[in-house]
Amino acid sequence: MRSADNVINGPVYADVPKAPFTPGPAGTHITIRGLTKYFAGWPLYENFDLDIPKNRIVSVFGPNGCGKSTLINMIAGLVPIDSGEILFDGKSLKDTKIGYVFQNYREAMFPWMRTIDNIAYPLKLEGRSKAQVDRRMEELVASFDVKFDLKRYPYELSGGQQQTASIMRALAPEPEVLFLDEPFSALDFEMTLFIREKLQEVFMQTGTTMLLVSHDLEEAVYLADQVLLLTKRPTRVAEILPYGDARPRTVETLSEPSFVSTKKRSLEIFQREVRR
Amino acid sequence: MAESAQQAGAAPWQSPAASAAGAPTPPRPSPWLKALPFIGPVVLFIVWDLAVRSGLIKAILLPPPADTIATLITGLAGGALLGDFAVTVWRTLQAFVIAAVVGVPLGVLLGSNEKAYRSVEFLIDFFRSTPSSALIPLFLMIFGVSDVNKVAIAAFGALLIVVFNSAYGVMNARKQRVMAAKVMGASRWQIFRDVLVWESLQPTFVGLRSAVSMALVIVIVAEMFIGSDSGLGHRIINSQQVMNVRDMYASILAAGALGYALNILFLVAERRIVHWSGR
Repeated sequence: MRSADNVINGPVYADVPKAPFTPGPAGTHITIRGLTKYFAGWPLYENFDLDIPKNRIVSVFGPNGCGKSTLINMIAGLVPIDSGEILFDGKSLKDTKIGYVFQNYREAMFPWMRTIDNIAYPLKLEGRSKAQVDRRMEELVASFDVKFDLKRYPYELSGGQQQTASIMRALAPEPEVLFLDEPFSALDFEMTLFIREKLQEVFMQTGTTMLLVSHDLEEAVYLADQVLLLTKRPTRVAEILPYGDARPRTVETLSEPSFVSTKKRSLEIFQREVRR
Repeated sequence: MAESAQQAGAAPWQSPAASAAGAPTPPRPSPWLKALPFIGPVVLFIVWDLAVRSGLIKAILLPPPADTIATLITGLAGGALLGDFAVTVWRTLQAFVIAAVVGVPLGVLLGSNEKAYRSVEFLIDFFRSTPSSALIPLFLMIFGVSDVNKVAIAAFGALLIVVFNSAYGVMNARKQRVMAAKVMGASRWQIFRDVLVWESLQPTFVGLRSAVSMALVIVIVAEMFIGSDSGLGHRIINSQQVMNVRDMYASILAAGALGYALNILFLVAERRIVHWSGR
């Protein structure tokens, strides 16, 4: 329809051929290619590429407003992308089971359902039979070592219990990827420690790929196999730091030289990016 | 549900209190606090009584409160007042049920399709702002002087309130709950059924409560001015015309009591059904 003669400042992408798809290295779970997202007319992500490894925990860390949450929300399909491609083991999101843990558990749980029904909800959506749901629920309760009454309504539980329940809900259908958007930010210190250990336990049991957004560097490094550091917008990958201390990591881990140096290096990169 | 929560919550509390013998007990609320709600009505009755006794207001315009209450009680305990009371209740309920049965689904549907709501928003807001009593002549033309007319106009006034509140309840549903359902793989229909409908319940109840009050107001007005031979409105205007003030005030109090009782009834139902509201 558009003739080349009368278009003076035509859209640039019209003439750019689609980049050939390059798969990530072996062990890649999520491949992001050419991701572009505009926010209020400004590019937030432009032609962004990233490989997220399978069966690893990746912590996302970066300056304010660089779109950490937006990144995982785009991968999880909660925020539409302008262009680009996101594949899970080569499949689209539609064919991939994911779990998502929100920061604000109060507005993520359904207060009209008992906690146990909240956790079973994704299983019912899948159309599993009553017996299958019951079996899976029992597994979950056992592996989380739940000490509170799941027959209560969510609002009758403490914040940490509600967040535990929402992690259980996210994990119930045995997702391939678990997204965690600042899951500790609304919790007190005691509960943060508790949930952190729970997550580590679950990860050691299941090896579920996890993407964690955190604003607490210690937390981000403590759980991570990789720390993904982002730049200011338009956001690019500043650096990906591997962190390989063996699990289970404990309080002692926090004073290991490897932990300290990874955290220090992350902070240096972070500060470099903030000042840039 | 509330009981079990209370018991469970109370259990860990008791042990420290029991072990700490002689510890100061928490201050007991003064019995006066419980009497506070009664002070207003009692003062009103005293002032009313004094005004009549002292001759400030002629007894032909205002009967003594004790007589009025007596008329109200004998009237409601099987007298003629009871019949009119029942007729008004019946008309209000009919109007309300029509408004609720049509209005809640309509509001929820409009709310889940914002474009549809925007296209009728002006009409809803306009007629919601139009005093329904102004439409009485219009309804007279359509339905004639009949019982149906009174119910129809009250249902119309109540319907708009229900539609408006239910629609906004859906539109203002917590986005994050919708996202949570979406990320778990819920279809649009499942999100509607499992999240939006529930999220709209609380505003829907606000709408239903206002709607029942509105229905009562319109029914009473219609009973007064659309040729009627029964109902509280008819009784009030009739006793006024024959200067039977005792009966008039008793009927007014009966209408007030009805409105108040309906309001309380809905508040209790809301607290039962929308148990999570405000938590």
